[in-house]
Amino acid sequence: MTTIATDNPFTDHEQYTLAAFAGAVIPASADFDVPGADDPAIVADILATARRYAEPVAAGLRLQDTVARAKYGVAFADLDADAKADFVARSNRAGGWDDIEWEYDAAGIAGQRTLLSIVLQCYYRDDRVMQSLGMEARSPFPQGFDVEQGDWSLLEPVRKRGRMYRPVP
Amino acid sequence: MADAVDVLIVGAGASGAAVAWSLAETRMHIVCLEQGDWMNPAEYPSAGRDWEARAFGDMSISPNRRQRDTDYPVNDADSPISVANFNAVGGSTILYAGHFPRFHPSDFRVKSLDGVADDWPIDYRALEPYYAENDRMMGVSGLGGDPAYPPKQSVLPPVPLGKSGQAIAKGFNKLGWHWWPSDTAIATAEYDGRGQCINLGACGSGCAQGAKASTDVTYWPHAVRAGVEVRTRCRVREITVGSNGMASGVVYYDADGVERFQAAEVVVVACNGVGTPRLLLNSACGAFPDGLANSSGLVGKNLMFHPYASIQGIFDEPLDGYRGPGVCIWSQEFYETDAERGFVRGYTYEINRGRGPVATAMTGLFSGRIPWGEGHHAAYRELFNRIAGMVGICEDLPEEHNTVTLDPELKDAHGIPAPKIDYTLSENSRRMLDHAVARGTEALQAAGAVDVITEAPIGVGGWHLMGTARMGADPERSVVNAWGRAHDVRNLFIVDGSIFVTSAGVNPTRTIQALALYVADSMKKRLANLFD
Repeated sequence: MTTIATDNPFTDHEQYTLAAFAGAVIPASADFDVPGADDPAIVADILATARRYAEPVAAGLRLQDTVARAKYGVAFADLDADAKADFVARSNRAGGWDDIEWEYDAAGIAGQRTLLSIVLQCYYRDDRVMQSLGMEARSPFPQGFDVEQGDWSLLEPVRKRGRMYRPVP
Repeated sequence: MADAVDVLIVGAGASGAAVAWSLAETRMHIVCLEQGDWMNPAEYPSAGRDWEARAFGDMSISPNRRQRDTDYPVNDADSPISVANFNAVGGSTILYAGHFPRFHPSDFRVKSLDGVADDWPIDYRALEPYYAENDRMMGVSGLGGDPAYPPKQSVLPPVPLGKSGQAIAKGFNKLGWHWWPSDTAIATAEYDGRGQCINLGACGSGCAQGAKASTDVTYWPHAVRAGVEVRTRCRVREITVGSNGMASGVVYYDADGVERFQAAEVVVVACNGVGTPRLLLNSACGAFPDGLANSSGLVGKNLMFHPYASIQGIFDEPLDGYRGPGVCIWSQEFYETDAERGFVRGYTYEINRGRGPVATAMTGLFSGRIPWGEGHHAAYRELFNRIAGMVGICEDLPEEHNTVTLDPELKDAHGIPAPKIDYTLSENSRRMLDHAVARGTEALQAAGAVDVITEAPIGVGGWHLMGTARMGADPERSVVNAWGRAHDVRNLFIVDGSIFVTSAGVNPTRTIQALALYVADSMKKRLANLFD
């Protein structure tokens, strides 16, 4: 079970939903040797980051529950494996939720985007994830990076082109 | 009341820094009031692991999202393009990419050449020495010989082509289209106490290395050493006017929130295309009931943004990704007017090197190319380090219905009315964006892109704020004269992007600064009779 931080504005239910949501969007993969976004360290990072956006994040989490209850009769965090797989498949499909009735929730939709954004921000700065991508697990500064100069001879045809700016009166 | 200073500059950004430095040699008493702070480069995002995340938070380009206490809110709900800026010593140069093109000679003669908008009261030749001076102060990197420009020298070698620039250049070559290494405000070698670019890849969130030429590390150290005083966290509420109709000083709130008055012999406004009209409109008084220097009624009108088209390719080979300055090369194949394209004027392609791991994930997820669930990781790796592309910077023509006004309800933390933006994308801009997307897609496909992602206009792309206090010879059709002095108030000068007559199809900062130096020089040449 994910360790839940207490110094944040989210209820226990919201925190469990957030962890379940993060894991549904980015599950662990043995093939790529990466944790899921529901990994405790990543969830702690997500929760800490989400404090600044507590209201939209809470709205986004509510939307997951609304949709889950409408389709499966339970809260999002309580979905079984099959229901969660179906939820993910529908979310990936245009019109995937057209067959359920739910009240349009603009704040929830915007909040889900914020929530997704935070999940991605935190997941792709995790040491294990960066290393699996071939990156060094560090900040850009102070070491910086190498970039090759490239082939400047590619400019030759442009040099031969001659003046192209417009004459003025 | 504080003793009167000779020159009071409002705003310490791109233009305020340049004008302060230039005027400093006069030994006048010069004070600059800036609502933001001096930035600490050690605290820039690239020094931390959350460098991409902070671009969505405290280092966002949007003041409404950033919500620092040094920011003011902007109501841009009635605009398809939202305002981007930054408030600090250095202003928006703290966050800009450092793409640094000049205007072209034709950009100053739009009416004469194409029968639209207006000609500027000055021309390229008048600004040329100030462009060169600014290039030296900012340390511009580039490569001479670009056929799209009159001859100009670069101070430093160009930024590397890299894998991304090379791939896209090959695409342009296949089509026989123009491209050239971008002029950039990025030091490719140590310069004037600044470090050499080390390819941090986070130019848009502040340069921890100090290689990017934000004015806090270029002009300001020189200006301060020459005696200019910068007062930070000082937010100007209004410019006051004496019984003689001249500006007498400003009312501002200091760092403790205390209201103060600073008297001045000359006031220079350097708050750019939204902040400047906001201040002038907030300075309405008995003598100027419609806003200061607004007898023309044009303060806040003719707002120009540069609508941006984003065209990004997905390649099947690794490119530069998160490494290196985002800017790389440019193309001005479609810069000058060609009637067969269905629009007047044109645009620049600014080629972008790549994006970081988080931005890659967002691009993929929100465009439907990276799914939720099991397929996430494999799909992500098809995009990581494989996205590169361009933005088309479209010339925005002045239209009076595109405005900055004062919001009747929204106010900043000091209770000062906030700006409200009303902006409509013109049909000419729409057609130009469509052209930029179509031709950009063609270029990326020629370069080997297997998929292309487009967005036009970029909704968050209001980086360039111009035209809202335009210059001109006719006081009924302009706010300032040909050397930046307000027609209505003879000791009030404006030096920022608001005095642009037209926007050209290039990033404006280099021209804003050349103009500021030109205005400063005009003032110095007229010191004996500045107010005549």
